[in-house]
Amino acid sequence: MRFAISLFTVLAIASIIGTVLKQNEPYADYIIQFGQYWFTVFAWLGLYDVYRTPWFVIILAFLVLSTSTCIYRNMPSMLREIRSYREQATEQSLRHFHHYAEFATHGNPLNLLMRYLDAQGYRYKQVHNNDTVLLAAKRGSANRLGYLFTHSAIVLICIGGLLDSNLPLKIEQAFGIKRLETRDIPESQVPAVSRLSPDNLSFRGNVTIPEGTSADVVFLNIADGYMVQDLPFRIALNKFHIEHYSTGQPKAFASDIVILDKTTGLPLLAHTITVNHPLTYDGIAIYQASFGDGGTHLNMDGWNLFAHSGTPFPVTGAVHDKTELAAGNTRYTIEFTDFRPFNIENLGGNDTPQHDTRAVLGGNAVADKKNLHNVGPSFQYKIRDPEGQAHEYSNYMLPILIDGRWYLLSGMRDAPNEAFRYIRFPLDPERTLAGFMRLRGAMLDPALFPEIAQRFTRSVLHGSDVDAQAKLADSTVKVLEMFSKGGYKTLSNFIETKIPAAQRDEAAQTYLKILELSAFEAYGIAQQQAHLPPPKQDDETGWFIRDSLNTINDIFFYGAPVYLQLATYDEVQASGLQLTRSPGEFIVFGGSGLLVLGVFTMFFVRERRLWLLIKPNQVLFAMSSNRKTLDFENEFLLRKQHLAEILKEN
Amino acid sequence: MLLTQTMPRPALIRQLDVFDWLFAALLWGGAIYAFNLYGAHMDSYEKGFLFGFAAIFSALGWAWKPIRLLLLTVAIFSLLGIADYHGNLARAQSSFFLKYFLASQTAIMWMSVLFVLATLTYWIGFAARSEFAEKVGSALTWSALTMGIIGLLVRWYESYLISPDVGHIPISNLYEVFILFSIITALLYLYYENRYANRQMGAFVLPVISAAVGFLLWYTFDRQAQNIQPLVPALQSYWMKIHVPANFIGYGSFSLAAMVGVAYLLADKGILASRLPKLEVLDDVMYKSIAVGFGFFTVATILGALWAAEAWGGYWSWDPKETWALIVWLNYAAWLHIRLVKGLRGPLLAWWAVVGLFVTIFAFLGVNMFLSGLHSYGTL
Repeated sequence: MRFAISLFTVLAIASIIGTVLKQNEPYADYIIQFGQYWFTVFAWLGLYDVYRTPWFVIILAFLVLSTSTCIYRNMPSMLREIRSYREQATEQSLRHFHHYAEFATHGNPLNLLMRYLDAQGYRYKQVHNNDTVLLAAKRGSANRLGYLFTHSAIVLICIGGLLDSNLPLKIEQAFGIKRLETRDIPESQVPAVSRLSPDNLSFRGNVTIPEGTSADVVFLNIADGYMVQDLPFRIALNKFHIEHYSTGQPKAFASDIVILDKTTGLPLLAHTITVNHPLTYDGIAIYQASFGDGGTHLNMDGWNLFAHSGTPFPVTGAVHDKTELAAGNTRYTIEFTDFRPFNIENLGGNDTPQHDTRAVLGGNAVADKKNLHNVGPSFQYKIRDPEGQAHEYSNYMLPILIDGRWYLLSGMRDAPNEAFRYIRFPLDPERTLAGFMRLRGAMLDPALFPEIAQRFTRSVLHGSDVDAQAKLADSTVKVLEMFSKGGYKTLSNFIETKIPAAQRDEAAQTYLKILELSAFEAYGIAQQQAHLPPPKQDDETGWFIRDSLNTINDIFFYGAPVYLQLATYDEVQASGLQLTRSPGEFIVFGGSGLLVLGVFTMFFVRERRLWLLIKPNQVLFAMSSNRKTLDFENEFLLRKQHLAEILKEN
Repeated sequence: MLLTQTMPRPALIRQLDVFDWLFAALLWGGAIYAFNLYGAHMDSYEKGFLFGFAAIFSALGWAWKPIRLLLLTVAIFSLLGIADYHGNLARAQSSFFLKYFLASQTAIMWMSVLFVLATLTYWIGFAARSEFAEKVGSALTWSALTMGIIGLLVRWYESYLISPDVGHIPISNLYEVFILFSIITALLYLYYENRYANRQMGAFVLPVISAAVGFLLWYTFDRQAQNIQPLVPALQSYWMKIHVPANFIGYGSFSLAAMVGVAYLLADKGILASRLPKLEVLDDVMYKSIAVGFGFFTVATILGALWAAEAWGGYWSWDPKETWALIVWLNYAAWLHIRLVKGLRGPLLAWWAVVGLFVTIFAFLGVNMFLSGLHSYGTL
């Protein structure tokens, strides 16, 4: 018993660890979280899949076994107890009962007492012995069935659970009959040693099917690898739908699937599955589990950030696919990772490419309250340089209005666990990106600096002496050069190293002013070169110039040779299905039913026994119960009172 | 003569008076009327629910008489509230009765105020040994309960007024289940109060309801959680309608047991012992409450497994919520074992019941706040 309790405690602690430590995450995440040393220790203990580690399963199996023995040992005596009236009780033993009373009587109260017991729902046996009669009565014997029911139920539930666990697979793995696949290879190339046959007794796996395609396997993610489970049929996804409430929250996730015959390819059944409404086919339940992008085709305008031209070049790609990009001698790889047709959440987007349709988070009373509106499509990609270093980007397709001005937003981050930092590309007064790109081109082109400086000086110092003009033009070129090398940072470095502390603030103000006004001139030149009308001298242009300078500065930290602006797309969705075969389910549910029955019998059927030993002129009365409760005490007092009255009247 | 009183077994059905029959007739009449009106739109589960509830509440009303008046009052005022809407949600602001009494927000505010008042009154009665104050406390608790149920029922109707596809039973998020928790705990308490003819426990049980109300008010005023939200796909299931209430009968019972456990511990140390009921009575209430809670928690967990088999692809997937439900279950199973099999009594069990409440609170709230899983329906 003590041993069993210790084992239970171990299981409870293990279970708690399992809830605190996120289970079945990619191993790389754990290494980041714990470091190499603790990662190895935890992996050895099996804490990443604690409910399926051998020691957990063995303890569970042991508890089942010990409960079974317990039932086996106690059942015969329990059944005897249920049937028995304990009519062997002697006068001597009755007198020793804690709940005992005696009454004086005359005449024979036997019939009256029997009627009383009948009326109170007691069943009883009579034992005649010389001149005494013993009435041995009982009620609520079913209480003991409660014990049998609950304990058998627990055994049943565990057996059912064990049937549905991956125990056989674990054993096969231990003997090397099956092996995990850890390579990222096409499913068709996975060798037989990592494949499970369609006859597999129980499994639970996932598969993501893009619209218009089909699959006849599911993947079982185990530890740091996976296994391929072959299905006895093929599933084709025609269409994945999301319906929304008028408030924007998701209302339904549904997949139109067709079950196909694996050999002939003929359709067997067409069905729409939704969350909470799975389809069971051939003993396999098919659930709507998640959704994601199935390879949306993207057509983009690429804005070269190295060669500063005012015209984009076309780029095409598809989600989950990659494309090459040459910039000078360097070759970059662009990996498209995700596309979203709408973003209803707040700006700053969340970053799980797979969306769990089964989560109940949206039921949150305070969720989705702040500034809900659709800001349009977005897509995500990584740009990897030849050294393999990658930055990740998330770009919105449509411009977004912030503080009354329009911007295109592009998020950047260095690692998947960081949040995106957004850079804003300002739109010019014609609402295009070209204006900014032209301005940037001019601001980064040293050949233009003298001309910019001249125009600027002329505009601010008309009519003053030539020396002053030349001096200002000189400083302007310097300022422009510094800004073109590294943005505000270079400027501030210069100020900090070259200018005495007392004058720094003033100098900074002056330089910014120079920069801003000469940027306006640069914009004018850029417009002229593009054969466009000169910029207006209004607030809008002013803000555009200021925003542009900030963005030019930010691009120094953007880390990409190109900004991709989404022009058009052709969406392809994918549905994540979970398929399970769990033959233990009905055993578990049967066990559960038995458990409920047992629990209620145990607590709400009270067993009590009652003896009446009728002697000439005296009745001895005793009561007992297997559980001492207040109700029992009260009942004893009540019975005693009743009996006293009955025997008096007799 | 006395024999005729003691001899026949007191069968419930023979003790029923005319009001009991009238009550049952009203319930069944109502069910049949509703069936005639809406039967065409109901699926078989809903039909089962409708008549199942008529049967359950008839029996409940017979077994515990105050239920009859409660249900009748709730029915009359909820229907009045619903009728007063004339199918127009905006009337919540314009109609006098809705704005000040029956609109769900108002009713729930009334419930909150009445529960807090009841707590104070119970304490006054407890401190001053005033039976009158304690009776007032009971009356306030009954009123709070009534307003709470009316609030939930009217809210249910209001959700359909927002849009037919938004409409759903109001037990779908943390805000709504806190109301449910307050109601169920109050109802359980009132049952024991009635059964043991003892009002002193109110001073201990009502604070836990007041705490829930406090949370509810913070959630309303600080987080605006009171707005009706549509159901996410995962919650669109008839299982929710039984899984959640069964769970909250469990949670309510466990909280009640813990609070009675606190009273027990105080009385055991001789603190306030003269004002509290006898230790045996406290012990008995604690035991019964845990037994009832355990029964319903078992049912709720199994219903959860049945639902999970339909929504999550497996009856048990060691989701943090599931695991913690199992831990709570094992905790109380151990409590009951120690008491029933080993026959243990006394302060240890009371301490355990109090600690059990913290385990339960973690399973109810902590899991949502600190752990990640599919069952995180209510972050703060």
